[in-house]
Amino acid sequence: MSALLEVDNLSKRFGGFVALDNISLSVPAGERLGLIGPNGSGKSTLVNCICGTLRNEQGSVRFDGRPIDGVPAHKRTHLGLARSFQLPRPFVSMSLIDNVRIPRLYTVETRGIRRTTQEVDDHCHGLLCEVGLESKTRQFPRDLTQVEMRKLELARAMAAEPKLLIADEAMAGLTHSEIEDILALLVRLNEKGVTVILIEHIMSAVMSFSRRLVVLVSGRKIADGKPDEVMRDPEVERAYLG
Amino acid sequence: MRTLPFLIISLAVAGLVFAAALAIGNDYIFFAGYVVLEYIVLSTAWNILGGYCGYVNFGTGAFFALGAYSTVAIYNLIGANELPNVIPIPVLMLVGGIVSGIVGFGMGYLTLRLRGAFFSIATLALAVVLQTLIINWDFVGGSRGAYILRPEAAPLLGGYVRYLFLIMLLLAVGALVIARLIERSRLGYGMATIRDDELAAEASGVPTLRVKLIATTISGALMGMAGAPFPYYIGYLQPDSTFALDYAINAIAMPLIGGTSTWVGPLIGAILLDSLQQLVTVTVSSAVNLLIVGCLLVAFVILAPNGIVGLFHKYFRRKNDDFIGRRRTGLDTPEAAPAGGSAPETPA
Repeated sequence: MSALLEVDNLSKRFGGFVALDNISLSVPAGERLGLIGPNGSGKSTLVNCICGTLRNEQGSVRFDGRPIDGVPAHKRTHLGLARSFQLPRPFVSMSLIDNVRIPRLYTVETRGIRRTTQEVDDHCHGLLCEVGLESKTRQFPRDLTQVEMRKLELARAMAAEPKLLIADEAMAGLTHSEIEDILALLVRLNEKGVTVILIEHIMSAVMSFSRRLVVLVSGRKIADGKPDEVMRDPEVERAYLG
Repeated sequence: MRTLPFLIISLAVAGLVFAAALAIGNDYIFFAGYVVLEYIVLSTAWNILGGYCGYVNFGTGAFFALGAYSTVAIYNLIGANELPNVIPIPVLMLVGGIVSGIVGFGMGYLTLRLRGAFFSIATLALAVVLQTLIINWDFVGGSRGAYILRPEAAPLLGGYVRYLFLIMLLLAVGALVIARLIERSRLGYGMATIRDDELAAEASGVPTLRVKLIATTISGALMGMAGAPFPYYIGYLQPDSTFALDYAINAIAMPLIGGTSTWVGPLIGAILLDSLQQLVTVTVSSAVNLLIVGCLLVAFVILAPNGIVGLFHKYFRRKNDDFIGRRRTGLDTPEAAPAGGSAPETPA
């Protein structure tokens, strides 16, 4: 299987602080990858470098066989790289269906196939149904609960029909059953062929979802492999349990 | 409503306005009405960047003045009063629009990293820089100002003021059609995402830089077009009054009072506020103008932050319409709901 995402010796500094130190990572298509690490270990920085929100000083990122260094974030979304934000960032002045419509209009709908407004509407409605927000399509993000906000965040990321979805702490602060909801959603998505990188603190969720686990500590990758093997790694144990 | 019927209706309304002004039979109506129309264009143009994208531009006066001064420059270049026989005002407007549009593009490009108050300060700085340039450019009159002599006869309608009024009326229709077109297009959605959250917009595939540049260019160009006929209206152009902050303040106040999220807001705001200003100018004093703007602005910010359009929406509870009031019905009916899903709420 060829790698969908290849991160090669990526480094990122903020002034004198080394946020990422020579990270290399290869994610084959169809993978369910868990990315874990203590607070401040560089997980979100890595996502930001992969998605183009931050520029990496060193190293390179290849996506779908082509280098994407220097490619602006919106173009990466066009290429099929979607993300959800750690803290939901909905478009507050728009109804939920319009929130989901934006990535469709700017990605899928620019790929040459003309669809009617009704068809686009149906697509967006379908996405909101999939995440369980079908009764709130006309409401605004301010009317949503935390879990619904995170579902909207995922629906919006999915609307661009990505090849790779990076879910950045989509479950923080949710109850057990809410976590189950979102996990089921991600698994369904993965079964449809979307590669998923899950960044999470909640270990039970990561362990049940991931087929492969990568651990970041202080900007360095200290483990990469099968989840149960990684969890037995003495270095990982030390990082997590002190 | 699609754009063509909207254009036809707008032109019909404009025709009615013009007929009504003619029926009153007093040229002062045209004189005062011109300013109202000018502000419809300016506030609509401001709203494309300020209302749709959320970038508050304090440089309206500068773009307006650029349009006016490009007319003066052409006037001086070609010389004398035969100018309108050589270059009609619509062409001058086009030139003014192009000049201001280019400066708008440049401003957008230079300030693209600036957000919020910093962007506003940069636009204010742009206005000061341009004013200084004009003051020191003798060719267009410098600080002495420039006289423009109106031709004896207007190409249409006899009176020159009537001709200018008609031109501004058509420009106002054009500006409203453009604003409405943007609002309902993909571009309009893109601008709204920039207003809400630029980072999320980029992540959703919106080319924020390009959308912003389109907004600054269109907005600047419309302001310049509004300014181009101004020398012929006023007769004597002077940098201090042409670059006056009044333009910037009014162009911000009008959309805020009317409502910034739709094309209707600036229209309502400009008609209300400037009619009031014109009325006060003749009945009380021209110095009270800005006081009125200030008081109304404070009142609206406190009592109706979404403007008159916002108040209207609140009272008529059109909450179920999606963004910027577009009414859609297809998915509101239970039959259209997907099987298994609960029926979406019907509009109240």
